[in-house]
Amino acid sequence: MAFQKPHELHQRRFGRNLGVLLTLIAFAALVFGITVVKIANGSLMEAYDHQPRASQLPITETRP
Amino acid sequence: MTDATAFERTGELTGEARFGDYVQLLKPRVMSLVVFTALVGLLVAPGPVHPFLGFAAILFIALGAGASGALNMWYDADIDRVMRRTARRPVPAGLVEPGEALALGIALSGIAVVMLGLAANWVAAAWLAFTIFFYAVVYTIWLKRLTPQNIVIGGAAGAFPPVIGWAAATGGTSLEAWLMFALIFLWTPPHFWALALFMKEDYHRAGVPMLTVTHGRRATRAHILAYTVVLAVFALGAGFTGLGGPAYWTAAVLLNAWFLLGAARIWRRDEAAAEADGYAVEKRFFRFSLLYLFLHFGALLADAALGGAGLV
Repeated sequence: MAFQKPHELHQRRFGRNLGVLLTLIAFAALVFGITVVKIANGSLMEAYDHQPRASQLPITETRP
Repeated sequence: MTDATAFERTGELTGEARFGDYVQLLKPRVMSLVVFTALVGLLVAPGPVHPFLGFAAILFIALGAGASGALNMWYDADIDRVMRRTARRPVPAGLVEPGEALALGIALSGIAVVMLGLAANWVAAAWLAFTIFFYAVVYTIWLKRLTPQNIVIGGAAGAFPPVIGWAAATGGTSLEAWLMFALIFLWTPPHFWALALFMKEDYHRAGVPMLTVTHGRRATRAHILAYTVVLAVFALGAGFTGLGGPAYWTAAVLLNAWFLLGAARIWRRDEAAAEADGYAVEKRFFRFSLLYLFLHFGALLADAALGGAGLV
C-alpha cells in the first residue's frame, strides 16, 4: 500500500499539536516545581474544609 | 474529500495557523521588554525570593502581558490591516480567526493571574489583572481611538511590569517601585512620538488620532521635549531613593544628558530640515531611546548585584 505524501496542511497540524503537547508538559512541570518549592518552604498543605481543626486555631495560651 | 483536497481546490489555508502564529499573537518582542523590566523589579526589591518561584513569577507576568497582546490584536485587527507595520500580524493576515485570538487572550489572562497568585502572592496577581484590564479595555478598546494622548495611556500599561515584579518579591509596592513605573511611563511618549514623526503615513492611514496629526508636528516636538525634561527629573530623583547606586547614578547622569540634548535638537528643528536629512535626528533619538531604557534598568540590576555581593 502506498503512503500518501504528507500535505503542508498536515505538517501545520502536526506542528501545532506538538507545540500544544510541549506547552502542556512544560506547564505541568512548572506547577509540580512550584508545589515542591512551596511545600519544602513549609507552606500549608491543608485547605479550609469548613471543619474547625486544631492546626488552624490561633495560639491563645503561652507557657509562663 | 479530505481536508487536503479541499485546500487544493480553494488554495487557502485559512484557520490552519502554525503554532508560531499563536506565539506571534502574544507579541514576543513586547514580552521580552516585560520580562526584563519585571525581572529588574523582582531582583532590586528587598527580601529574598526563591529562584524557582521568581522564575515562575516572571514567566506568568510575561504570559499576562502576552495575553493582553492577544486581546489587543483581536480588537485592533481592523486598523492593523491598514497599517504596513502590522498588516502581517496573524489576525489581519487571515491565519488566526479573531475569535481564537479573543479566546486565547481571555484564557491566558486567567491562567497567568491565578498562577502568579499561587506562585508569588495575590497582590502581584491583582496588579497583573489590573494591567491586563488597563491595556486591553482602557487603552485598546476605550481610549486608543479617542484621544491623541493614547500613547501616554498605553505607556502606563507598559510601565506596570516592574511594579508587579516588586510586588511578587515583597507582597506590596513602594516608592521605588512607582519610580520604576514613572521611568517607563514618562519614557514611552517621547519614544513613540519620535517614531510617529518619521512613520507618519501608517498612523494617518489607520485613522488613529496621533498627536502628529491632531495637534501638528510642531506641537509633537514640544511634547517630546516636555516629557523628556520631566523624565529626567524622575530618573535622577530615583537615584536619591533605595534604587540609587554608583552604576545607576553614572547611567542616569550620562543617559539623561544625552536624551535631553536629543529632545532639544528635535524641538529646535522644523519639518523642512527634518525632510532634508530624512529625519536623521528623530531616527537617532528613537534608536537611542531603546538603549536609554535598557541601560537604566541594567544599571539598577548592576547596583543590586553589587549590593548583593557587599561591594557597595
